[in-house]
Amino acid sequence: MIEHRPIITVLAHLTLILGIAIVAFPIWVTFVAASHDAVRMTQVPLPMWPGDQFFVNLNKAMFEGIAGAGGIPVGMMMLNSLVVALMIATGKIVISLLSAFAIVYFKFPFRMGFFWMIFLTLMLPVEVRILPTFEVVANLGMLNSFWGLSIPLIASATATFMFRQVFLTVPDEMLEAARVDGAGPMRFFWDILLPLSRTNIAALFVILFIYGWNQYLWPLLITTDASMFTVVMGIKQMLESAEQTTEWHLIMMTTLLAMLPPVVVVLTMQRMFVKGLTETDK
Amino acid sequence: MLKRVHYGSSILPFLLVAPQIIITLVFFIWPASQALYQSLLLEDAFGLSTEFVWFDNFADLATNKLYYDTFRRTAFFSVSVAGIAMGFALVLAAMADRIIKGALTYRTLLIWPYAVAPVVAGALWVFMFDPTLGIFAYALNVIGVDWNHKLNGSQAMALVVMASAWKQVAYNFLFFIAAMQSIPKSLIEAAAIDGAGPVKRFFTVIFPLITPTTFFLLVVNVVYAFFDTFGIIHAVTQGGPAKATEILVYKVYNDGFVGLDLGGSAAQSVVLMIIVIALTVIQFRYIEKKVEYS
Repeated sequence: MIEHRPIITVLAHLTLILGIAIVAFPIWVTFVAASHDAVRMTQVPLPMWPGDQFFVNLNKAMFEGIAGAGGIPVGMMMLNSLVVALMIATGKIVISLLSAFAIVYFKFPFRMGFFWMIFLTLMLPVEVRILPTFEVVANLGMLNSFWGLSIPLIASATATFMFRQVFLTVPDEMLEAARVDGAGPMRFFWDILLPLSRTNIAALFVILFIYGWNQYLWPLLITTDASMFTVVMGIKQMLESAEQTTEWHLIMMTTLLAMLPPVVVVLTMQRMFVKGLTETDK
Repeated sequence: MLKRVHYGSSILPFLLVAPQIIITLVFFIWPASQALYQSLLLEDAFGLSTEFVWFDNFADLATNKLYYDTFRRTAFFSVSVAGIAMGFALVLAAMADRIIKGALTYRTLLIWPYAVAPVVAGALWVFMFDPTLGIFAYALNVIGVDWNHKLNGSQAMALVVMASAWKQVAYNFLFFIAAMQSIPKSLIEAAAIDGAGPVKRFFTVIFPLITPTTFFLLVVNVVYAFFDTFGIIHAVTQGGPAKATEILVYKVYNDGFVGLDLGGSAAQSVVLMIIVIALTVIQFRYIEKKVEYS
């Protein structure tokens, strides 16, 4: 602190608390709504203080779902989301590690061509090629499958760039020493490069897990089978049903459940999250 | 780029890049080239006949008043989202930068909305502003404002802007605070010795020095508003009422998947692609400058 000005410090704290209150208010409203029964949630004004139905609603949402929205148990949708998020995060990391290794450590024909091809994916977000990508996935018979939900999303220029950056900082002596000791390329990759990039992998994993869990447009397009729905797209189904039936207590419970895993990941792995975010900023 | 000490050519490097390259070719480059090709075709509504029409679809877009409206709307939406999310985050970061005790707690409590999916953020906000039940709709009614975003276009726009900005504050806050904390303390102390108070120091020392971060965040926020807010709009307004919240990405989806105007939708995709490429180039040029700044 440069100077001692208690008034300004107090003001700073107050502003931050106010900011947090504004940011957190929607969650409070959601939590309150998820803890009341259906009848209370139709009376205006809505409650601002939690009720006693939280666990009843939790149980109902997790195992029965909302009747008006197809009655798909939220627990099952969360499991789907978990599988998809893990597949996307792991897939992106694995294929990016391998291609970054090839591009940094091997001299081979079309090396730069491959690099630019990967770079190009940065400029082709799924939103601008939805129809043709959908056709490709349909032709490959991957609709309504975990493969279809994850594979088309796992090419990653940002992850490849990040690992390339990490590998470039590894001293040349490492490879020379490994060679002297008679290690082949894959042995070098597995025993030296992987352990050296451990924290970067962890940081990237946090970001990619959130990315995978929060996918919306893609699952919405390629899943028609209720057993493959992810929880994030399930919310939309429920909002549509809210036009006719009023089950806001269950919808808000589902909303709470849908944001819980990624938020917990961010809060518990905060250091990794910040590292991942600042290092993959393209 | 290539290590000084490296391996020679063999089949191995090709096997290593193969998974990434195959996925890139099948799910990125092929579909994108299809989008390019389709944008030159005219297909009837039943998909029975297609005709190669060169740049007619683009000419249609260029003369379509509705498309210009969508463009203007998207610009307004992006600028509003970026402005609100960045302004709010800048104020909070400037405050957090002054605080020594509890700074980490504040950061923890501010960054989590980043992890909330856009469609989930949409659900939170649409619930608070539900015209019949929502808490804010009720409060606004009490003070005499008639809130109904399902009928009123500007209210619908305000709602999607708020929901989108809310989600992005966390990201901006993290980058602003990191930038502020990397400013050498000696500069701030020198300004203080010269008699500059906290407010003056913010505007004459801190803010100019974080300009690269501000510029970077501006690009990121615009990209976010252009592409990542689809879920919010889909959950909150479906582009309505009367297209009042239909932004470019939403129109591509709507014309393609709902309206089945494949050529027109593909032509719009191509326009979007050009916008992404332009934004990416801007972003990369900036990254080069960041190195010399730090």
